[in-house]
Amino acid sequence: MGERARALTPRSGLAVALLVAALPLLALAALLIGPFPLSPGEALAVLWRSATGTLAEGDRAATVLLSIRLPRVAAALLVGAALAAAGACYQTLFRNPLVSPDILGVSAGAGLGAVLGIFLSLPVAAIQLMGFAGGLAAVALVGFVAAAVRTGDRTLVLVLAGVVVGALTGAATSLLKVLADPYDQLPAITFWLLGSLAGIKTEDVLPAAPVVLLGLVPLVLLRWRINVLSLGDEEARSLGIEAGRLRLAVICCATLVTASAVAIAGVVGWVGLVIPHVARMLVGPGFGTLLPVAALLGAAYMLVVDTLARTVSGAEVPLGILTAVVGAPFFLWLLARGRRAWA
Amino acid sequence: MRLATKALATGYRGRSVGRDITLTAGPGEVLCLLGPNGSGKTTLFKTLLGLIPSQGGEVLLDGMPLGRLPRAEIARKIAYVPQAHAIPFAFPAEEVVLMGRTARLGTFAQPGPRDQEAARAALARLGIADLATQDYTRLSGGQRQLVLIARALAQETPLLVMDEPTASLDFGNQAKVLAEIAGLAAGGLTVVLSTHDPDHAFAVGTRVALLHAGNVLAEGPPDATLTPQALSTVYGIDVTVERTASGRTVCLPHLGTAMASAAGVRR
Repeated sequence: MGERARALTPRSGLAVALLVAALPLLALAALLIGPFPLSPGEALAVLWRSATGTLAEGDRAATVLLSIRLPRVAAALLVGAALAAAGACYQTLFRNPLVSPDILGVSAGAGLGAVLGIFLSLPVAAIQLMGFAGGLAAVALVGFVAAAVRTGDRTLVLVLAGVVVGALTGAATSLLKVLADPYDQLPAITFWLLGSLAGIKTEDVLPAAPVVLLGLVPLVLLRWRINVLSLGDEEARSLGIEAGRLRLAVICCATLVTASAVAIAGVVGWVGLVIPHVARMLVGPGFGTLLPVAALLGAAYMLVVDTLARTVSGAEVPLGILTAVVGAPFFLWLLARGRRAWA
Repeated sequence: MRLATKALATGYRGRSVGRDITLTAGPGEVLCLLGPNGSGKTTLFKTLLGLIPSQGGEVLLDGMPLGRLPRAEIARKIAYVPQAHAIPFAFPAEEVVLMGRTARLGTFAQPGPRDQEAARAALARLGIADLATQDYTRLSGGQRQLVLIARALAQETPLLVMDEPTASLDFGNQAKVLAEIAGLAAGGLTVVLSTHDPDHAFAVGTRVALLHAGNVLAEGPPDATLTPQALSTVYGIDVTVERTASGRTVCLPHLGTAMASAAGVRR
């Protein structure tokens, strides 16, 4: 397509091709690496036994590969892609490259929901569901407040309402932390608020994937209009776009995507802010190419970070710590190289 | 397409800006809106484009009320050229022009070869085909203005509304943009523009409306409308209108009275 051909210079085209080629290899490597290392041959043998139904009882390699690593790798790919895609949406929508997917309070709300679940000692599935519901509820509240305030710049009111709702839910979360059992619940809460994929199972990933997809499909379909919306409301409307309706649709979709990612992984910062940015440096700001490239890049990044999280030390390292430690120096290096930073 | 307003009132909820504005412009005409800062030009434009609701009266397109036409429908009739501005992301100029095609695309559609053809043709028509692949954010003010005009042309509307198309342009670019505007009108488009320079109204305007405190003080052909009396009423300084040897009409403010009124402002 012409649009794509123009947005992609040969060099950035090469980068995208490398990314697409590297993702399956990264995923394969992540499946083999860990405290119980597997060789590619062993992994293939396990897959063959699983496909032919000849898995023996107590097959350790099969348990590690199919029950522990496969869901975890799938979850990392899903969460990374979801957060980066949502970040790309919000940055375009709010015309600001410093915006992250939790600008409208989705992470704060999801955090409160999940922490409440942990506080009430609910089962894992219920905690995830409460996280998801909390994220949606926070953004709905932000939308409701913004609609009630009928004066001023719509976008500004929306962002300010997000700040207010985020602060309130943050306060409630802190209160629960103070009240929580310091030996049992508090570590779980802290871990959740820093993000982790430890112990994730197939039945955690399976319900999240279709919801992420449900949010992503409209965003992909609406990509040209979202592009135009980045010119600002008034201009987009003069070009024939119902800006208010489109913005509502984009916010709903991006919230759905973010909330399902946060529900299974906890609050993982930094990915949604920086990955879209790196993607923009690679392929330019055209949303049609930016969205898929950001999603691919986010998936690859999260996979690398999560593999580090479970291998660098005996204990699990929270994802939020690693995303910052790995991402921040890389981002600084990119900036220092002097590519068009905010463009 | 003929644009007309009938006893139009403009403004926002609880704040009236313009009253009783009756104007008209047809194919081949350039209607220039002239008026000091705060006289309601921008608010009038937003109302003409349907971006804010009218507070009374109506806007007619070929006799049809603009009323509550869908946005895409309006965007296929009226193209808006904003003042050359900054956008946050470094789109190539051609992509900015391509955005003019949005109203002709389905909700989920992407611009196709025909749209790209139209975008390239619009750039070529303004003689800026060489800017196509450059980042819009790196263009000069004059180049940006031309790109935005190209976007309006790619929109293929019978009507162009331009908000101070010569503001923030240097001397040479002002002349180039004015020449383009005259050319577009000669090609059968209806053009409505606002300007701060009466000379520009004389240069390209077929009709002029002089706005003063939200009212149309005078309306008609430039020579009959932009009289020294009308200009000095609106701008508060003495003005001479002269015809040059080459047949152009120019306005000359009297710096003496302007200084006196500036001294008055300071006191």
